[in-house]
Amino acid sequence: MEERRAIVEIKNVNKIFGENHVVHDLDLTIYEGEFLTMLGPSGCGKTTILRMIGGFEEPSGGQILVEGERVEEKEPFERNVNTVFQSYALFPHMDIFNNVAYGLKMKKVKKEEISRRVKEMLALVQLNGFEKRYPSQLSGGQKQRVAIARALINRPKVLLLDEPLGALDLKLRKEMQLELKNLQKKLGITFVYVTHDQEEALAMSDRIAVMNQGYLDQLDTPEKVYEKPVTRFVADFIGESNIFEATMSEITGNTASIGLEVGYALGLAEEGVTYAPSEMVYACVRPEKVLFSQETIEGFNIKGVVREQIYVGNIIKSNVIIANGQTVKISRLDIDEVPKVGERINLYWNSDDVVIMKSRGYQIRSVIENASLGGN
Amino acid sequence: MRNRRKKFGSVLSNIYSYLVYLFLYLPIFVVLLFSFNTSKRNIVFEGFTFEWYLRLPDNDSLLNAYGNTLFVGCISTVIATVIGTLASYGMSKYKFKGKGIIDILLYIPVVIPEIVLGISLLAIFNLSNVPMGLTSLIIAHATFSIPFVVFTVNARLAGFDRSVEEAAMDLGAGRLKTFFTVTLPIIMPGVISGAFLAFTLSVDDIIISFFTTGPGSNTFPLKVMELTKTGVTPDVYALTTIVFIVTVAVTFLSQRDKKKPVKG
Repeated sequence: MEERRAIVEIKNVNKIFGENHVVHDLDLTIYEGEFLTMLGPSGCGKTTILRMIGGFEEPSGGQILVEGERVEEKEPFERNVNTVFQSYALFPHMDIFNNVAYGLKMKKVKKEEISRRVKEMLALVQLNGFEKRYPSQLSGGQKQRVAIARALINRPKVLLLDEPLGALDLKLRKEMQLELKNLQKKLGITFVYVTHDQEEALAMSDRIAVMNQGYLDQLDTPEKVYEKPVTRFVADFIGESNIFEATMSEITGNTASIGLEVGYALGLAEEGVTYAPSEMVYACVRPEKVLFSQETIEGFNIKGVVREQIYVGNIIKSNVIIANGQTVKISRLDIDEVPKVGERINLYWNSDDVVIMKSRGYQIRSVIENASLGGN
Repeated sequence: MRNRRKKFGSVLSNIYSYLVYLFLYLPIFVVLLFSFNTSKRNIVFEGFTFEWYLRLPDNDSLLNAYGNTLFVGCISTVIATVIGTLASYGMSKYKFKGKGIIDILLYIPVVIPEIVLGISLLAIFNLSNVPMGLTSLIIAHATFSIPFVVFTVNARLAGFDRSVEEAAMDLGAGRLKTFFTVTLPIIMPGVISGAFLAFTLSVDDIIISFFTTGPGSNTFPLKVMELTKTGVTPDVYALTTIVFIVTVAVTFLSQRDKKKPVKG
């Protein structure tokens, strides 16, 4: 990949609200022109990070640089970034023209230029002719476009978007996802996008930063985040996963033999990663990668009974109960390809379809965190 | 049978509402009527005349009192509105220790008997050598109006989305600019109704004005009170009628404005 210029650098940033440590030691570099999504459940600190970049919160420690310049102490109106707010935050007492023109008016741009650029911007978000309407007369999707136009007209270096599609219905959301992605490509502006919707993140982003309880668990491309989750949380949060607690027993070449609570299986040992003998790990297999057979497969011993079948439109899911009571999910595109309810089957998989994760992760980190807090 | 009873009920409830309105407006109508009475005594209607209206411009003390009322009303309203709006805004925006107590303290002047407030203000003015007259009246009126402005603006701020202020700052507006271009216009309806309330209270006030006025600065209500001792003349009715008609006109105009399409 070509050399990219960093546009936002977050260095060792912490944020503490009262007794809540919301963001932990965050290091994150955002590059020019990329679409970066912060993904995580509510309360994971993603919005707080966005608000710190925008200037609405001050970090408790650490540095934030925009274009190489420190901004932590600057007011929102002194920063070259703009925000699209979750609630749109349109000015209800101004018509659409004045809403979109607001930023340029504050910069004292000439009148003719303002009206030219507002027109351009409204055309860009497909709202030509809406100048004289008021926000209360627009639909949710239209308000969203106005909010985007109002932010983009200032030609920011970085556009921050805080769950901008959260209030829209599913169909409109899918449309807007595509539109936003195309807009970002066309303009080449860096987008920092916050969402809790993993599908949205996977569909739109160049890179995803998966946040968990204030920690950055993984920062990678959507493919990598889905195919190679690095923590149990990421595997669980993004898409559906079957996660087994396991111990490493034997590694031959890059095939690892792993012992499960009930039975054993094969997995892929990451190159360059060393494991202690009998080290505790998590083995993660996606439901679509779980295979099954009537016969026993060499290297595997996981037996189960099919408990139920769930039809969810585009795919069929089967839930298989294994000996320790854990449910293993299998999904297929065709009803003929899933095992029937009541069937006794042996589960297996291709060894390179399983991701083996060291059992570190936020649980351990937060234990350490709490211990050190208690010591003080 | 049932239908008939229903009909009877609806006739009864109609009569009832007419009576309510009659009860409300009859006294005003009497004043209106007697302002055209040729007789100076307001017991019998003797004949129709515009005399009292024509003689109004010559009644210096009455007009002077009315001028004072309007002057005190306008100035105290402006003061109360500015202070009340800022107080409400500050209290809704910031959290601080003792905020709950300050909230309650704001209610006290509203529920406290006016006579207590009047005497207290008189004592304070005497102690601090404030000249008794229009100045003391304005201060007193602004004082009791502030809580009412705070309440109406509070009501408006309760539904106010703070993110629009953040949006304004995000788009390059400083704090003052944000307040004047975004916050104030959005809470304006609350500010205006607070101002109307303050003005109405000031123009009406007798008890507190009685304690806080000085020689030569009578207000209209005080003047009328004074006249009741010697007998109210029809020129007072005439002035009252004019005030009533202006008030009705303003009310109708403001209601008509409300029916325009919502912009906020």
